Amino acid sequence: MREFQGRVIAAGKVTAEAVVSHEGLNTLASFQKALQFGDKTATCGDQNNPDLYGKQMAGKALCLPQTIGSTTGGLVLYCACSMNRQPACMLFSKPIDSLAAAGAILADVWLDNVTMPVIDNLGEEFLDYVKDGMTITVSETGLVTVE
Amino acid sequence: MILTQEQQAILDGQQGETLARVMKTLIRYGEVFGAEKMVPVTGKHNHLVTSFGLKALGPVYALMEQLIEAGNVSRQTFSVDPRPLDKKVPANFLQNFIFQNFMYSRQDYYEEQLGKLGLMDKDAFTCTCYMDEVGNKPRKGDVLSWAESSAVVYANSVLGARCNRNSGIMDIMGSVVGYVPYFGLLTDEGRRATWVIEIKTTKKPEAQLLGSAIGMKVMEEVPYIIGLDKWLGTELDDATCTYLKDFGAATASNGAVGLYHIENLTPEAVEQGRDLLAENVQTYVIDDAELERVYRNYPVIWKNPDATPKLCFMGCPHMSLQQLKDWTDKVEAGLAAAGNKKVKIPTVFTAAPAVLAEFEKTEYAARLKATGVITSYICPLMYMNNPLSGKMPVITSSNKLRTYTTAKYYTDDEILEQITKGGSGK
Repeated sequence: MREFQGRVIAAGKVTAEAVVSHEGLNTLASFQKALQFGDKTATCGDQNNPDLYGKQMAGKALCLPQTIGSTTGGLVLYCACSMNRQPACMLFSKPIDSLAAAGAILADVWLDNVTMPVIDNLGEEFLDYVKDGMTITVSETGLVTVE
Repeated sequence: MILTQEQQAILDGQQGETLARVMKTLIRYGEVFGAEKMVPVTGKHNHLVTSFGLKALGPVYALMEQLIEAGNVSRQTFSVDPRPLDKKVPANFLQNFIFQNFMYSRQDYYEEQLGKLGLMDKDAFTCTCYMDEVGNKPRKGDVLSWAESSAVVYANSVLGARCNRNSGIMDIMGSVVGYVPYFGLLTDEGRRATWVIEIKTTKKPEAQLLGSAIGMKVMEEVPYIIGLDKWLGTELDDATCTYLKDFGAATASNGAVGLYHIENLTPEAVEQGRDLLAENVQTYVIDDAELERVYRNYPVIWKNPDATPKLCFMGCPHMSLQQLKDWTDKVEAGLAAAGNKKVKIPTVFTAAPAVLAEFEKTEYAARLKATGVITSYICPLMYMNNPLSGKMPVITSSNKLRTYTTAKYYTDDEILEQITKGGSGK
């Protein structure tokens, strides 16, 4: 078991199973199928992301460095949250990028019944350590426990 | 974050709960990036990235409805990215059925919302809103709340405006409340270059390839480019601005560049020169071999890499008037040299509605039509962004379209050869 302290972007408590992307997550490419074709598990549709392609993202602890791609990224994430197809939490090893931050904050401010804790700055060691299937617990203060 | 009395009052709900939420959203967004204040949006017009009535984006339209119902519309009129549909662009029965009845079934509804929120005019749909014909060209120093990445990098770099690489929805929030958080590319410090790019090619580099190489290297950082003035000159004339439009879009999509400086050419580089360089800059040298390496490393994601192309898109970002004229000459000459009358691959040149209207007034329009090339205001990205179109072998000279879709990239000369002589995907 290891603990990592990050910065809270959107606060909340959750325990969930990890899915890990070592590359930047292309938000539009990854969530497009979930939004467009009624896939409630939010299976990652980004063929350029070998870590995540074909894996369920909804309800998982999504561990990643940053998001990349189209500047529609924030609104795609907001829509995923609104449709209840969002990850249980998003855990960034690097400082969060402006598109993911927008999505996380939009969801937190505008959606009253949705909680998706978002923590950034967890460090490279976090992404080196965490593996698919591990259990992750996120605290209100941004402490992430991996076991 | 230190707020003015007016900003604090808005946050406290004195102008309604909805506007308070808009302010709260922007403040929290700014705080993530260390903003200590909110500054007024000073551009005459805004520009929005979300132009499509995609059925899947229902929550976005619900949020827009909240803004409209509360009377919190944009304080500036705005242009918006290109429409996703145009009947002039070839599509088969199934594609048309899915576009109209499934994917973009909320287009009319959303366009009605845009009208209520502050759309400049009914045809203000383009990613190149800064073209003179369109009329949304920010002034140097203007603070903007834009999100379209190719327009943001152009406004920052070529026009000297100030704008962060915002997400969709954040763009309209800024113009609804009239303020944006002060951080990143809005600040002098954030506009300093952390990379020096030395251009050592033996000929003028292909704009789309050079932008791709730089974008992939520097990602979201600011590059200062030395040696490109040798090929582009020192004047921001039509031809150079068109080059920079395509170059910038490639830096923004292949990486996440929001601002570049070109020595002796772009406004801040002309004024400040190498004083723009931050301490401890990194250096990237680009020669012919490096551009070739970048080009050869693009993955080919067609199922059959040798398939005969079924469609060619030019104009992502939308073409300029001069570009349409130049390509009319090129296509005519290419066809004449090949002994052909019409293009051999269905070809679509895209441009802003206002640019196309000006083009129609010139003698070039009839000449281009005679070659079989179709002109359209469509967004090629939106056309391609579905499984049916994704399976089509489409070629393009846009590195942005290559990055986000299955379209295959070729240089301008190669595209010309393919459409005038016919060719395979090799």
